[in-house]
This record gives sequence, C-alpha cells and structure tokens, in this order.
Amino acid sequence: MIEVSNLTKMYGPRTAIDDLSFQISKGEIVGFLGPNGAGKTTTMKILTGFMPATTGKAVLGGHDVFENPIEVKRNIGYLPETPPVYSEMSVHDYIKFSAKLHQVPSQSLSSSVDTAIQKTGLGDVKKRLIGNLSKGFKQRVGLAQALVHNPQILILDEPTIGLDPKQIIEIRELIKGLAGDHTVILSSHILPEVTATCQRIIVINKGKIVAEDTLDRLQTRLNKGLIYSLVVKNPVQSGVDAIRQIPGVSSVSPTGPKLVVEIKPGAKEIRHEIVSTAVAKDMGVLEFSSEKVSLEEIFLQLTTEEKPS
Amino acid sequence: MKKQKEFFKNIWTITSRDFRAYFTSPMAYIVIAGFLVIMGWMFFFNLSHFNLQNLQYQQFNMGKGVSITEGIIRPLYGNMNVIFLFLVPFITMRLFAEEKKIHTIELLMTSPLSLTQIILGKFFSSFLLVLIMLVLTLVYPIVLFVTGNPDLGPIASSYLGTLLLTSCYLAIGLVFSSMTENQIVAGALTFAAGLFFWLVSWATQAAGPVWSELLMYLSLISHYNNFSQGIISTSDVFYYLSFITIGLFLTHRVLDSYRWR
Repeated sequence: MIEVSNLTKMYGPRTAIDDLSFQISKGEIVGFLGPNGAGKTTTMKILTGFMPATTGKAVLGGHDVFENPIEVKRNIGYLPETPPVYSEMSVHDYIKFSAKLHQVPSQSLSSSVDTAIQKTGLGDVKKRLIGNLSKGFKQRVGLAQALVHNPQILILDEPTIGLDPKQIIEIRELIKGLAGDHTVILSSHILPEVTATCQRIIVINKGKIVAEDTLDRLQTRLNKGLIYSLVVKNPVQSGVDAIRQIPGVSSVSPTGPKLVVEIKPGAKEIRHEIVSTAVAKDMGVLEFSSEKVSLEEIFLQLTTEEKPS
Repeated sequence: MKKQKEFFKNIWTITSRDFRAYFTSPMAYIVIAGFLVIMGWMFFFNLSHFNLQNLQYQQFNMGKGVSITEGIIRPLYGNMNVIFLFLVPFITMRLFAEEKKIHTIELLMTSPLSLTQIILGKFFSSFLLVLIMLVLTLVYPIVLFVTGNPDLGPIASSYLGTLLLTSCYLAIGLVFSSMTENQIVAGALTFAAGLFFWLVSWATQAAGPVWSELLMYLSLISHYNNFSQGIISTSDVFYYLSFITIGLFLTHRVLDSYRWR
C-alpha cells in the first residue's frame, strides 16, 4: 500500500530526514515513534504531497506522490499536527466542505458527513462554531475531516494530542476499528499511544529509522535477558546462593527483601525452579513478578545509542 | 466534458466557502457599508455640482452646458476606482495569509485540487464580492435614467473598466496574501503596489520618449481612460486580462515555492 524508498528531505543545509525506506501493507496500523524534531511530521508531509522530497520515491496505493499527486491525495485522509479548521464555520459545514474538497459525490455527501460526525462522536456539537469548541473537540473535528471521504490511507500526525483520557481511549478504539479496511500511519512521541494502537512500530531519530518491528519483537530484541523480581520475608544467603546455582540464571542481586534475578538470554522457562528453590530454603515468598522492559527504555536505548559518549 | 465540469466544481467549492467567509466576519459588511456611504456622498456631490453648473450655463446663455457623461459619470466612476484601490487590500489580505496562519492551507494543499483551482477559487470569491458592490451602485445610473437622459454606452463601459481595473488590484492582493501569513503586511503591500501601478504614469513627464511610453503602458489607470469615454478597446481589455493572469501566475509560483522550502 505504501512504499517509501530512499526518501531524503533537506531544509537548506539541514537534513530533516535521511534516506528513509519502509513498506506498509494494506490494513496495517503503523506507528511512527520518535522524539520531537525527529522527522515524523516531515515524512508525513511528504507522503501527503504537501511538500516534495529532496530525493527518493514514495508510492501510495499504486501512485507515485511526485508524479501523480492528485490521485494520491484522493486516497488519503490527513490530520496535520494542528487541526486545519476554520473557527468561523460550524462543525457540520466544515466537514461538508472537506467532503466536497475530496470530491465525495453529491448523492452520498450528506450520509458521508453524518457517518464521519457519528464516528468521531461530534453529534452533540455539530451545529456549533468550531472556534467555540475545546482543543479536544477541534482535534476530533480534524479527525472527522480526515475520515469523511473514506480514504484507503489515513495519515494522522499526533492524533490524540490535547484530548482527555476518556477521549484518548475513544479515539484509540476508533483508530483500531479502522484497521483492515484502512491503512493507518500515526505518529507520536508519547509511547503508550503507540503501544496501545499500533501493530508495528517505526522508530525514527534524527531523520533515520533506528528500529522497525512489532512491539513484542522489539522488546525481545533489545532485552539483554529477562528480569524477575522476587520479594521474600527473610533473604538468607544460602537461599540466594541456591537460586544463583540454577542453570540459566546469570545473576542475583539482593537489595533488602527484594532479589533481582537476571536470566541469561535464550534460557528456557525456569520460573518454577526459582520459586520452588526459594520455598525449599524457607525464605517465605511474598511476591514474584517479571519485569518487562518498557517501550520507554527501548526508545531511550535506541535513540541514545549513537550519541558520542 | 465531465472533467471540465469537475474542474469548475472544484473551483466553486473554494469560491463558495471563501465568499461565505466574507460574511461570517464583519469585514464584508464594513467594506460594503463604507463603500456605499462614500459612493453615495460622492454621487450626491457630483449631482448637485452638475445641477449648479448647468444652471449657471443656462443663466448666462453659455451654450449647451455639461453632459451627464462629463459631469457625473466620468468623475463618479473615476472616484470609484480610487476607492477600490483603498478597499481591495481589505478584501484580499486574508485569502491566503489567514489560511497559512491557521494551517488550513494544509487541508487545501493535501486535497485532490490543483493549485490552479485553489487560486482561481480564491480569486473568484473576491471577484464576486466586488461584483456585488458594483451591482449595488447600479442605483446611481437608475436615478439618472429616471430623472434625466444619460448615455448608456459610457456607463456600461465604465462598469466594465472598473471591474477589470479592480480585478487587477485583486490579483495584486492575491500575490501578496500568498507571500506572508501576516494579513496586515499583505494588505499594506497590496495597497503600496496598487498605488505604484496607478501613479507610475506620473513619471512619464520626467522620463525619455521611450520610457514614458512604456510607463504609460504599464500604468493601470491610463488604460481606464478609454473606458470612461465609452470606448472599449481590445488593447485595454488585453492589458487588464494579462495583468490579472500574471498576478495569478505569480501567486501560483509563490505558493509552489513555499512547498519547496
């Protein structure tokens, strides 16, 4: 559906994105993740045909963005960083205008508008002026604008920014519901955002792709090994030593009642052995949990790796 | 055929929204009201001056007197052009500057409309507003026809000339509106450029023979003279239409280069 190869964009002497290549197949939800200024918005602006790339190629839905921009734009719904809304228009009029811009045929115009309003939960405010709405509602109006012509590809730049937690969950559900029929690219610098909605993540830093994979695979790839934490009543030394003896355990570091057990990468399942050893040594197990490396840590690891120390 | 229909439908989508936007802000009302007050005052002044003049001619038996065309039509529509010079910046300044400021330009530029369609749509929305203002002034010739016997020719050609000349101001306004996101800057530059093209003929006396002819040709106002006398010459119409086309073309170039930065 989306094929990007060797895309580079220079702003004067500054390189905003550097030789970006990736592919997205139909129906996928892909998250662009990166710190501010990483090149997410620039990439999206190029994909939507808003600005041309310096070099490289982008093909969306079978059409080249640079050779056939009008065809590409027909298939795209785009929510920019700032929702592109006219404050003096009513929600309904604005969405209708956007539908006309995207050449929705006049016989299905009003049903498309109604569907978009209903999907984004704007029914109660559709007669109000956009200028009088809160930031969250404006964001939803922007989203409705992107959805109204039922595009194959949705490009959403920070779609849940400025929304309250309840709205965030609603919008996430909405985006998830679009998967399958629509191909979605969304960008975020907020990590749980991407974890919650995306099937695949492309991590960008300083204009380059530093990682591209599913969330699970990213986690395992970056794990130096699993980490378990064990909280016991009496952390006796003999018990600690016994756990250390279990094959597969790389280290045990006791801090007070908490033992942090690090497992060698690729080791087989040994949680049972750890607990039963602790019980056998009469340590009095209170808690046992696995510590997952969060996306935040992956993110930090990926984006700080190339920094000169 | 279907393609052509779609081309104009897209232009109309832009035109109708922008035209409506004039009336959702106070700007259109202020511009139209200001225009009509000034024009009404000028018409009244011209008319009473004309009556006084002709009365004096009659009293002293000085001949035929001043015609309605010379006494009312020419000064009235000449003044109207000056007023449009002042008002057009207020009409055009927001067209692109505002879209840039509030980022709606991204909506337009990522929609399946060509830049040409967007620019033409914007131009026609301002053109439509000017057209309405001109239609509202039809009341003056109607008054003249009811009370007197004016020539239709000079009135019709004055309207055509005014519409063309004002469209040139609109094209200038569109260029400057596309250059900045600050409406005040766009408006001020439009006024300055409009004034320049209006006054450029003044320099003809100081310039040499070749230059003076060129400057005279460049001047927006020198091409209006024929219209005010009831003459519609193709060279004047061609000049105005070329001026508008160049303005719209420059707007296209400016907006396109903005994408490349």
